[in-house]
Amino acid sequence: MGLQSGSLRARLVLQLLVVAAVLAVLLFFTVRYTADRAAEATQDAILGAATTSVAEQLRATEEGVEIDLAYSTFSMLGAIGQDRLFYRIDIGNSTVTGYDDLPLPEQRPTSLAAEFYTAPYLDTKIRISAVSRTIVVGTSPVPVLVMIGQTRQGQAAIAGALANRAALLGFGFFVLAVPLSLLSAGSIFNPINRLAEAVGRRGPRDLRAVRHPTPRELAPLVAALNGFVSRLRGALSQTETFIAEAAHHIRTPLSTVRTEAEIALRQSDNEATRIRLRSMIRGVEESARSASQLLDHAMVLYRSDQLEMVEVDMGQAARNVARAFGPTAELKEVSLIVLGDDRPLPTRGDPLLIEAALRNLVDNAIKYSPEETEVCIALSQGNGMVKVRVCDQGRGLSGASMEQLAQRFSRGGNVSDVVGSGLGLTIVTEVIAALGGEFLLEEQATGGTCANMSLPQH
Amino acid sequence: MRQYVIAAALMCCATRVEAYEIEDERLFGPPNMPVISVLSTTDTDVFAPVIEAFLAAHPDHALRYVAASSQEVFRAMRDEDAQFDLVISSAMDLQMKLANDGFAAPIVSAQTQALPPWTKWRDRLFGFALEPVVLMASKKAMQGLVLPRTRRDLIDLLRANPDRFNGRIATYDPNISGAGYLFATQDARQTDAFWRLAEVMGRLNAQLYCCSGEMITGLENNELALAYNIVGSYAFTRVQGSDDLVVIELEDFTVALVRTAFVPRNAERPQMGAELLDFMLSKTDGQTTRSGGAALLPREQAALPPHVRPIRLDPGLLVYLDRIKRANFLAEWNAAMTQP
Ligand SMILES: Nc1ncnc2c1ncn2[C@@H]1O[C@H](COP(=O)(O)OP(=O)(O)OP(=O)(O)O)[C@@H](O)[C@H]1O
Ligand SMILES: [Mg+2]
Repeated sequence: MGLQSGSLRARLVLQLLVVAAVLAVLLFFTVRYTADRAAEATQDAILGAATTSVAEQLRATEEGVEIDLAYSTFSMLGAIGQDRLFYRIDIGNSTVTGYDDLPLPEQRPTSLAAEFYTAPYLDTKIRISAVSRTIVVGTSPVPVLVMIGQTRQGQAAIAGALANRAALLGFGFFVLAVPLSLLSAGSIFNPINRLAEAVGRRGPRDLRAVRHPTPRELAPLVAALNGFVSRLRGALSQTETFIAEAAHHIRTPLSTVRTEAEIALRQSDNEATRIRLRSMIRGVEESARSASQLLDHAMVLYRSDQLEMVEVDMGQAARNVARAFGPTAELKEVSLIVLGDDRPLPTRGDPLLIEAALRNLVDNAIKYSPEETEVCIALSQGNGMVKVRVCDQGRGLSGASMEQLAQRFSRGGNVSDVVGSGLGLTIVTEVIAALGGEFLLEEQATGGTCANMSLPQH
Repeated sequence: MRQYVIAAALMCCATRVEAYEIEDERLFGPPNMPVISVLSTTDTDVFAPVIEAFLAAHPDHALRYVAASSQEVFRAMRDEDAQFDLVISSAMDLQMKLANDGFAAPIVSAQTQALPPWTKWRDRLFGFALEPVVLMASKKAMQGLVLPRTRRDLIDLLRANPDRFNGRIATYDPNISGAGYLFATQDARQTDAFWRLAEVMGRLNAQLYCCSGEMITGLENNELALAYNIVGSYAFTRVQGSDDLVVIELEDFTVALVRTAFVPRNAERPQMGAELLDFMLSKTDGQTTRSGGAALLPREQAALPPHVRPIRLDPGLLVYLDRIKRANFLAEWNAAMTQP
């Protein structure tokens, strides 16, 4: 049997049941023994008193000895459990009356204090009480031995009845123990279940230490879990820092390469060389773009780990982004307009994250639009949300789904020669998830694409 | 002298004197069938209806009925190792002693378990009929006298009319009759008036009998005027056809005897013995057993008339069987009987 695996609950219940069964059996035997002893002591006392009283009533007369057995004494002795009765009276060395072959005590009792012993007699086993005294016959003292024996069916019946009741009680305990142990097993596993639930409920990037209140016995498990989590978090943030640093280190030499290549392009007349230089510049542009997007991505991951929620005015953020993209839009003769920012649109979040998301949406809108078109950033609020809608008049999504496009390094089939790394929408969705908002990218029926982002109102 | 011999025989019961004496032996039912043997103190004629009813229900069996005195029944079982399937006796003390000393086999059946506790001893000895022990008188002999209602009345009556009752009062001889001994000892246990009565009877030269039937015959023949301690079943049967006899249940107390039966441990067909016992105990089948004076055993002792005192089936009965106790009792009795 798999002791290592299997159900802890089943094991616990089994163990509790075994304990209950052992206790029940123990109870049965203890009560039986005790009841038997108690009944024996009681009946011994009665039997002893009867024997003593017969002995006391022995009298010496002229003809010998007078013995008076009391009818009521014998009646009484048979009362408990209708036991069989035997007796024997010895005077000197001869049996004067009763059952001649009734077993004698091993040691002759020395006084009227009764001696008790158990002996086999006829077809049964009897308990005998023996008493001795001395009477004077004529002038000489003669020893007298009085013995009364009885079967002990009554005693056995009393002990048996009590033991049966105890066994019933024990069995009752046993029966009661089954649901109780199930219940207690359940309650013991409750904290574990709650802990598992609490850990399971966490978001995919929630790597905080577990602070859930747990019983002392679970502390090692929680400590181990927290150690593991912190190691994981360390490794992760290391990777993120590393990526950020790497991106930063790549960007600088890349811009040098780009400047040099542009100078070379300007100076060269050789068409073949110029083509090469142009493709080189494009490559460098793409790498730079990747590096800066990676940097942004790392920043988003890092900040969403240690979120600080502050009040952010969405209108302000949109204007900032629009201002930053002003030159780019102008270069492409795309008119970039912000609508609905005339009243405050307060939301909660990390301003850098919100701007990163907006930046990527506006970047896409301009990037995938032809020249002399319009990109509109429309702001609104409703249903407790602040909404941002970025619409262009560009090429649309060519049927690609948002889930696909939002994947890391995934780019659409519609990109043609537009430079990009495929991380833009990834950043957007991560920001939205961290701030608890919604995001939808949809193609418009009139052509062009609309990106809808909404964040909870402050 | 005779009583001495019997007492001596009882005392040294280990020595086998002779085979037990029987009064009657009869075989019922078809011959060459398995035979159920019954040893009983009840007269064969009285018990015959029961046997016939039982055999009607068990046609594949025959039944050997042996009637003997209670002493002989006791001796047969105890000393002679006689083989019977059911032993019936009115001598409760002797039956009790046999059961106590392990001569009875345990019987557990619906019938025996339904018996009220005071009519059985363990699962060994079972009472099946209750009969009062009564005083009988001849109206003719009692002419002009008031019938006694208590023992005190009886003593006064005897003392006041010595001439009329001299030699005309009878009772059991406890020396020879087991039932007589039982009744006398139970009387002595109940009241001190018993010994006064014994003395008065002794002075009036009481006639001592072995059996109830003979005493009743004595009354019928006008040889006797009063008979003390007559077994109820005989008394009530015989009084029916007679306009001279009367039965008197003394009101200070009337000892009631429980007829008992057991299946011996050495029975050859204990199963059949137990079946006959069940038959006797069953409400409808057993009715014949109880007719003629033997009352049904009431469930509660309290249901009996207050003056009726059934003898209890318990080891107290062993006391008067003690050889010294018995010798002392009989000595006292004989002293009371033989007065100048
Ligand atoms: N406004 C849009 N119009 C048309 N296609 C779009 C638009 N926005 C996104 N897409 C499609 O979705 C893809 C993924 O966009 P995403 O911003 O993640 O990557 P990218 O723009 O290609 O690269 P970068 O990381 O440099 O932004 C794009 O490659 C493009 O095919
Ligand atoms: Mg993009």
